[in-house]
Amino acid sequence: MKLSKIEDKLAVNKYDIDKERHIRIKEDICAQCETHPCTYTCPADCFKIREGHITLSYEGCLECGSCRIVCDKDGVEWAFPRAGFGICYQYG
Amino acid sequence: MSQKFDAVVVGAGPAGCACGTVLAKAGLETLIVERGKFAGAKNMWGGAFYGPILYGLFPNFWEEAPVERYISRHKFSLLTKDAAFSADFTAKKFGEPPYNGFSLLRSKFDRWFASKTEQAGAVVATDLEAEGLLWEGNAVAGIKAGGDELPANVVVACDGVNSFLAEKAGLRDKISPRDIKQGVKEVIQLPRQIIEQRFNIQEEEGIAWEFIGSFTRGIPGGAYIYTNKESLSVGIVVQLDKLAQREVPANDLLEDFKRHPEVAKLLAGGQLAEYSAHMVPVGGRAMMPALYTDGMLVAGDAAGLTLTTGLLLEGANYAIESGKAAAETVIRAKKRGDFSGKSLSYYPQLLEQSFVLKDLKTFEKAPSLLDNPRFYAQYPELVCELAEKVFTSDGLPRKKLWSMLRESQRGKISFWRLLRDLLRIKRSL
Repeated sequence: MKLSKIEDKLAVNKYDIDKERHIRIKEDICAQCETHPCTYTCPADCFKIREGHITLSYEGCLECGSCRIVCDKDGVEWAFPRAGFGICYQYG
Repeated sequence: MSQKFDAVVVGAGPAGCACGTVLAKAGLETLIVERGKFAGAKNMWGGAFYGPILYGLFPNFWEEAPVERYISRHKFSLLTKDAAFSADFTAKKFGEPPYNGFSLLRSKFDRWFASKTEQAGAVVATDLEAEGLLWEGNAVAGIKAGGDELPANVVVACDGVNSFLAEKAGLRDKISPRDIKQGVKEVIQLPRQIIEQRFNIQEEEGIAWEFIGSFTRGIPGGAYIYTNKESLSVGIVVQLDKLAQREVPANDLLEDFKRHPEVAKLLAGGQLAEYSAHMVPVGGRAMMPALYTDGMLVAGDAAGLTLTTGLLLEGANYAIESGKAAAETVIRAKKRGDFSGKSLSYYPQLLEQSFVLKDLKTFEKAPSLLDNPRFYAQYPELVCELAEKVFTSDGLPRKKLWSMLRESQRGKISFWRLLRDLLRIKRSL
């Protein structure tokens, strides 16, 4: 078992990636946030802090919804990807 | 589209398919809307499914459903960093029909369940997302999906733990991370013979193995390994709010678990086939939304209907049973020609009479008990240290078990706290 990094794990999954993003962050809210719970609780590591800012890559999202729930400031707008897009589990 | 359905069910998981099957069998015009490319495409679970609830809908279902293995063996282990204390149970009965439990993968199982629902006469529309609700005054009157309006006498929201429909209908607020455990799982491929040798099982037999211990770093939760035919489901389930507070991603805990010497040898040489995640509602009755309103019912994870008792974390049976109860409620409402909230209030009555809300009531105190970090850190250490003392022969004079226990317990936890915890376990579980 050599794979331990999240990005390597996501690479084995099957996705149909939509051009339209289904997660948005409200940058004014994120700029005020000191704890960034989204960066620790996203199992797909979609939220990262780069040079003091939150960056978001929605492509690897596993559609669990944790990011929306842990943000008590409602800084994460998370919806399901459009029908047919996103993660497509082959095992589940 | 102008056809009015008796019921539009949102989500083709266990709750939605059970609901759709019962409705269609009674001859009601039923549409199930599923946002995935196929039923199961968006769904994951640990992978062990118990109980005869499904037999009521499909007797001998294991003969045709894509089950991986029947669970013939249960194992439970307490882990410290480098030790393990295990209990192992097997009974001949578990290996005979009707089997007690199975390992199953959602992508196959949900597709099978949805196909059975179609056979019963329901229409299952995949690749279709329920974007919102249709309203007639204060009553739900259908859904908006794929840009169309789909009118229905009743909408049954089986749209999972994130249930946007329950939120839109005002039946619940955004859920709290305190009421959620995050499940993260890997499906790891291994040859069939290796699985059977490593887990001491024969062809078609399977093991359900649960773990708690230091790998969750005191965060409430645990890990599991379930054997499939040619793969293992390996995952952890941990309290979401604590991950945020402790600033630790679940994947780190999963990796710690996989590196434990007792676990690593079980997984050695395996190939990762899939990495998945899901939220599990564990708040019990306290987090349950309003279950109905005019023209709408909520079932399964969307209604927070899972049971957690520490040894057990179960959702699928509660989903299936609540889906069936929702269907019976709609059938009764149709006979009466009344789809108001008053008429649909029959649904919680059915749930109160069934094991669904009875179990949630019996184990009402379990969620707060299981918040206790000592169960995940001090107690596994205490047990493993005691076992090590019992089994170590070091040439020093032997001590009695009780004095060894006292020795190990000191410094970890006060005796009175230990007694209090035992008393709470007795009251809660």
